[in-house]
Amino acid sequence: MAAIHGPQGAPTPERKGFLGWLNKRLPVDEFISSQLTGYYAPKNFNIWYFFGSLALVVLVLQLATGIFLTMFYKPGEATSFDSVEYIMREVNFGWLIRYLHSTGASAFFIVVYLHMFRAFLYGSYRAPRELLWIFGMLVYLALMAEAFMGYVLPWGNMSFWGAQVIVNLFSTIPALGPPLVEWIRGDYGIADATLNRFFSLHVVAVPLGLLLLVMLHLVALRQTGSNNPDGIEIKKKLGPDGHPLDGIPFHPYYTVKDVVGVGVFFVLFTIVVFFVPTFGGLFLEGPNFEPANPMSTPEHIAPVWYFTPYYAILRAVPDQRTGALLMGLAVFAFFLMPWLDRSPVKSIRYKPVISKVALTLFAISFVALGYLGLQPAEGSYVLLARIFTVVYFAFFVLMPVYSRMGQPKPVPERVTYHAH
Amino acid sequence: MAENVVVGNDAVDLSRRKFLTTATIATGAVGAVFAAVPFISSWAPSERAKALGAPAELDVSKIEPGQMAIVTWRRQPIYVVRRTPEMVEHLKGHDDLLKDKDSSSSDQPKYAQNVYRSRLPDVLVLVGTCTHLGCLPKQRFEAASPEMGAYWPGGFFCPCHGSRFDLAGRVFNGSPASLNLRVPPYQFPSPLKLVVGVDETQKGAA
Amino acid sequence: MRIKVRALEALMCGALLLASGGVFAAEAEAGAEAEGGAQTNWKAWHAEVDVANKAALQRGARNFMNYCVGCHSLKYERYSRMGQDLAIPPELLDKYLVPSGDKAANYILSTMPAADAEAWFGKAPPDLSLMARARGPDYIYRLFKTYYVDPTRPTGANNLQLPAVAMPAVLSELEGLKKPVFKSVEKRGEDGKTTTEQVFDHFEQVAPGRMNAEEYDAFVRDTVAFLTYVGEPAQLQRHALGIWVVLFLLVFTWLAWLMKKEYWKDVH
Repeated sequence: MAAIHGPQGAPTPERKGFLGWLNKRLPVDEFISSQLTGYYAPKNFNIWYFFGSLALVVLVLQLATGIFLTMFYKPGEATSFDSVEYIMREVNFGWLIRYLHSTGASAFFIVVYLHMFRAFLYGSYRAPRELLWIFGMLVYLALMAEAFMGYVLPWGNMSFWGAQVIVNLFSTIPALGPPLVEWIRGDYGIADATLNRFFSLHVVAVPLGLLLLVMLHLVALRQTGSNNPDGIEIKKKLGPDGHPLDGIPFHPYYTVKDVVGVGVFFVLFTIVVFFVPTFGGLFLEGPNFEPANPMSTPEHIAPVWYFTPYYAILRAVPDQRTGALLMGLAVFAFFLMPWLDRSPVKSIRYKPVISKVALTLFAISFVALGYLGLQPAEGSYVLLARIFTVVYFAFFVLMPVYSRMGQPKPVPERVTYHAH
Repeated sequence: MAENVVVGNDAVDLSRRKFLTTATIATGAVGAVFAAVPFISSWAPSERAKALGAPAELDVSKIEPGQMAIVTWRRQPIYVVRRTPEMVEHLKGHDDLLKDKDSSSSDQPKYAQNVYRSRLPDVLVLVGTCTHLGCLPKQRFEAASPEMGAYWPGGFFCPCHGSRFDLAGRVFNGSPASLNLRVPPYQFPSPLKLVVGVDETQKGAA
Repeated sequence: MRIKVRALEALMCGALLLASGGVFAAEAEAGAEAEGGAQTNWKAWHAEVDVANKAALQRGARNFMNYCVGCHSLKYERYSRMGQDLAIPPELLDKYLVPSGDKAANYILSTMPAADAEAWFGKAPPDLSLMARARGPDYIYRLFKTYYVDPTRPTGANNLQLPAVAMPAVLSELEGLKKPVFKSVEKRGEDGKTTTEQVFDHFEQVAPGRMNAEEYDAFVRDTVAFLTYVGEPAQLQRHALGIWVVLFLLVFTWLAWLMKKEYWKDVH
């Protein structure tokens, strides 16, 4: 392998020609050697470690397809819906660009949720990675705002009513609520003004914020180095050349491995895009194929699937204000993870049974709440939503206690790795 | 390098590695090119643009001889002039004043590569945009008018930079424009019923 | 750990496949159940649309032009696009489907003024371009299969799929007239008391139409297939292109995987 990797920071040999000219003016070689060939990542990454690079891929996909959609979409009460149908029917390959974007939005959340779950499994939010986790959570919040506003843009009936319901939630804030809601909307109800400002935020402001936050997230990762499934800090055991004994250069090993991940992702992704783009009404909802009608609420208002866990929590509480507060806390709880988890070990592999049970129950309740959020709030669904809400919060609230209970298994000195 | 990474010194390994890397990158590049096609394609005129660019029809008998009508085809003005026999006569006799008297450099269908630059001597169909920088030439059909000069056989004058064209759209010497006014595809499905945008070679947008 | 990882991988793959399978099954559900099941169970009727069947789409287009376009527009669909997708030659399109005075490039618009329609029917007949996507092909199918005579309604007709429907039974000349037969069913309420409810049991033909039951059913299916096509004309292209894209990506992923295995021989 004739790759240019020297130990981090060491001067690389003078290059001739164009690359030599370039390197005097931009730190190209330095970047490659410090961030790629000279950056050592733990060798025991498993399947849960694909989702970070996949999230980046989906971000690029959304930016590219979004840029092209913006070339044909016309924001405005009178034009939005028609312009989307124009894209679907009359723009060459417009239907494909649209489906890539709509499927990409859902794919983004699938990838991000799995990415976050990895952190739960292996304690990737623990010190010294708290800020990495916080930046990640901010990316998640920005993503939720982006997706919510993006869904309003087609100006279908679900776009309208979803916006109506969610924006109305802000009215629960004491005193400030109602004027705040009017200020957000720019009108007395969801209207053209709302649509246009959401368009600007969705296309320009939030993507810029997302890019900044993702960059900060990556820089923070670079600073601490990556965690791994055993939760061991590989920098603690260095070899004679100064590199972690359990580390391997990111390039070529993880670049090559991530390409496989990208391939598998795109196979599944394109199956959806080309064969089931509405995904049974989960990715593109039926009522949204009818234009927004302020006089007619859809039979069944549900947010898109990636918001439904929080929606279920909102509806579980019979009081509007408390429900909204609890919903906000449900998201905010994630931020506190680095400080709630008091376990002496990072990774679920070495935590005592009680932690494994807790995490399993949490995962089940998150998925269950997601399902319940899609159903009408009737009958036994109501009770189930309440039960799972309790389980959900118990996971966080009781963590400082149960994470210190039981006897963790001994953590190995070196990572566990089997050749593959 | 860390002790756990051992580079294979085996020549077979290296060449297999190189082959696989090249094959994967090549396939990936092909995929990227194919992936770019929908995006680039989306910029081409959409179905709506093509529909709006559908052939334009005009009943030429409604134009007074010596007058001009303008129809729109593909966002361009199309000048339709009903030439009088006198105007047709004035097409001859000033060949030495023209830059491209045979229309050999200019853009027109085969049936318009003649002195009339049209299928029929008495109907002229032109794209009404100056071949210099695209302004709309104004009609100056009166021969030898004081404004245009004694030699003027009648034709078009472009106000932007002064290009002059005769009654067949041929460009005069001294004009900033170098080519004769373009002729669009057209045909007469029935006498005096003009359809611009369709001819034997071009079906036109439907 | 390796076993755990493998198991986890397998689980995830399995879960994803199951989820996808479930969605596929839901979308392909139409193939599983055939109509002709008990009429009581009309809610389970499926339209069984196959948009690849151009003949069906052509018949559906003809049906739509004859019976629907008087009131309902397809404002996002052009005649020419329809002709292209349904393999209808331009001459036949102009002769049979494009109204005189209209150009093939125009959108398919109904001639009924919206204000009049609202005055006559109480509600403007909606545009149908996206009806099949908004409510689903089965909804439209059931709508046209469950009309019945009801003298209490202003149009003289009512409907099981959409009770108190404002749209008259425009296809009754084809289907004939039918009336519902109810049966009494006892229901036990939450408080333990039993109540008797009138539940729909089956239809009875009251007057014949120009078509028999099979012909009418085929008529409705063809029209629903056409509306499903109009809902998303790109779907014909989508499937065809998709196969190649997925195949290509499978080849690419396989190559990438081989490359990965080769490089990871280094790692111990």
